[in-house]
Amino acid sequence: MTANAVAQRTDDIVDELATLEGPLLPILHAVQHAFGFVPQEALPRIAEKLNLSRAEVHGVMSFYHDFRTEPAGRHVVKLCRAEACQAQGADALAAHAKARLGVDFHETTASGAVTLEPVFCLGLCACGPAALVDGKVVGRVDAARLDQILSEMGA
Amino acid sequence: MKIYVPRDAAAKALGADAVAAAVLAEAKARGLDVTLVRNGSRGMVWLEPLVEVETDAGRMAFGPVTAADVASLFDAGFGSHPLAQGQTEAIPFMARQTRLTFARCGRIDPLSLAEYEAHGGLKGLRRALGMSSEQIVAEVKDSGLRGRGGAGFPTGIKWDTVARAKADQKYIVCNADEGDSATFADRMLMEGDPFTLIEGMAIAGLGVGATRGYVYIRSEYPDAIEAMEAALDIARAAGVIGANVLGSGRAFDMWVRVGAGAYVCGEETSLLNSLEGKRGVVRAKPPLPALEGFLGKPTVVNNVISLATVPVIFERGAAFYKDFGLGRSRGTIPLQIAGNAKHGGLYETAFGLTLGQIVDDIAGGTASGRPVKAVQVGGPLGAYFPRALFDTPFGYEEFAGKEGLIGHAGLTLFDDTADMLKMARFAMEFCAIESCGKCTPCRIGAVRGVETVDRIAKGDASAIPILTDLCNTMKFGSLCALGGFTPYPVMSALTHFPDDFHAAHLEAAE
Repeated sequence: MTANAVAQRTDDIVDELATLEGPLLPILHAVQHAFGFVPQEALPRIAEKLNLSRAEVHGVMSFYHDFRTEPAGRHVVKLCRAEACQAQGADALAAHAKARLGVDFHETTASGAVTLEPVFCLGLCACGPAALVDGKVVGRVDAARLDQILSEMGA
Repeated sequence: MKIYVPRDAAAKALGADAVAAAVLAEAKARGLDVTLVRNGSRGMVWLEPLVEVETDAGRMAFGPVTAADVASLFDAGFGSHPLAQGQTEAIPFMARQTRLTFARCGRIDPLSLAEYEAHGGLKGLRRALGMSSEQIVAEVKDSGLRGRGGAGFPTGIKWDTVARAKADQKYIVCNADEGDSATFADRMLMEGDPFTLIEGMAIAGLGVGATRGYVYIRSEYPDAIEAMEAALDIARAAGVIGANVLGSGRAFDMWVRVGAGAYVCGEETSLLNSLEGKRGVVRAKPPLPALEGFLGKPTVVNNVISLATVPVIFERGAAFYKDFGLGRSRGTIPLQIAGNAKHGGLYETAFGLTLGQIVDDIAGGTASGRPVKAVQVGGPLGAYFPRALFDTPFGYEEFAGKEGLIGHAGLTLFDDTADMLKMARFAMEFCAIESCGKCTPCRIGAVRGVETVDRIAKGDASAIPILTDLCNTMKFGSLCALGGFTPYPVMSALTHFPDDFHAAHLEAAE
């Protein structure tokens, strides 16, 4: 997508949401939803329309774990690292995922199939280890279940 | 025939959508007239997906059901079956609870306003509409309700401060940024009985004179966001919220806002900054959010469970609610039993059970069958309790007296394979990742904490007093609970499980 197209789409999003009380997070979510990440070209547009400095918009975007500065892989697998899942073997599961995919957390496989990310609690603490696979919740994920999920993703 | 298959995220995570699809397909193939209800969860997560069927003898439960079991359930006419659990309400885990806040959760279709009303919904709001602001605030004060988010501040006093403040606009903000590990009560409530939260917020609005509200839900809860959005559309269309609440001429409207993956935004001032579109950095207090909160206006910031408990207090009266509990912990608390638990799930009960009763009787010990080594109470900022402290009664002051906290009432069970030095390190690591960076004890202390635990792990016993000292600095020098409470898991691990710290020392020395 060209820089112009990004700017145009961003303008449309900001125009739609700017009247909200505290509009910046909803705007950043909508921009990420539109592009799959928050493109650098979008930031000056948001800043200008909200009468903020670029630094302020960048500061907000970079504060939150959710906002990406580059596209994710075709699939995103988030593994819970929190205590309740650790009590059910989340650490071993994470090690298995990293070894199988050949990536660390926050990285994407060379094929571009899967981005692996940590998440701190999905509220599935009585059926851990838990994962969020392309936005869908999965509970009691053991190595075999994870292998099945990753195989279906071609990774 | 009416069949219930939960839409709760925990049920979905264990295959409920596939079970629901199988129920519909099987009914069609057999030419049966089946009404499928996607209810909330009953809270018995080890039995999810829990399928229920309505009979003359009440609702009968089957679980845990997989899609492959559905045909055999129909074959058995939903009668005698290996997965049969009997009457849902008679399952001991259900029968022993006192369900006030969660009375409707799992029983009704979460998005049916008619069923909500048929089960007592909106009675509290209707009563509140006939009361003055002072009477509403007094009712909440009298109930003894304290903030269920963890801090335990009396809800009525917070409301009173906002009610007395003079401003052209006030707000009700619901903290649904339930980031603590082991906690899922907010999620379950929003997915299983969202109208209760809406009703509670509307009553809060009437009580303090606020006409606008926000539910700040964490992005890690896609199903809860979807349920709340749907419920708000229904409530607004039915006139429960909006310009004319239940035809009273009073206004209250509210919206969902979605977080962006920052644990610290569960702290109320960070949450307000985030809601305003800023970095989720903690604000110094004073000013209190009650006086200068969202956009600088007087704001009630309450947890989901606090607000969702308000309707039952108004429906049945403050005295009824206050009658449950012990000491200064009044009413009921939804315990969330998590981690390595045989019977994990949500268990609402009056305050006052001992930790041992919860762990041994209700949770049934560990899922692995091994001995319970430690229970972390109150999420990632809560202390690890050893069996020696299992006689501690569940209450705010009682846990504080044992250098712990009840927090949002989540309990994570660990069996004897847990390495407590590793858990102490994780607490510091988590704090370092999630620190907002505003205050030094948290921002720098957590990083030094990880390094210091690593020194201990390598056998450097001289680092133990350094860790203790560092924890003291973080506890008393941090601006909010993230840096201030991270010492609880660290120090409790060190104090109650010294072998895990010395064993490392010995191993390294050999």
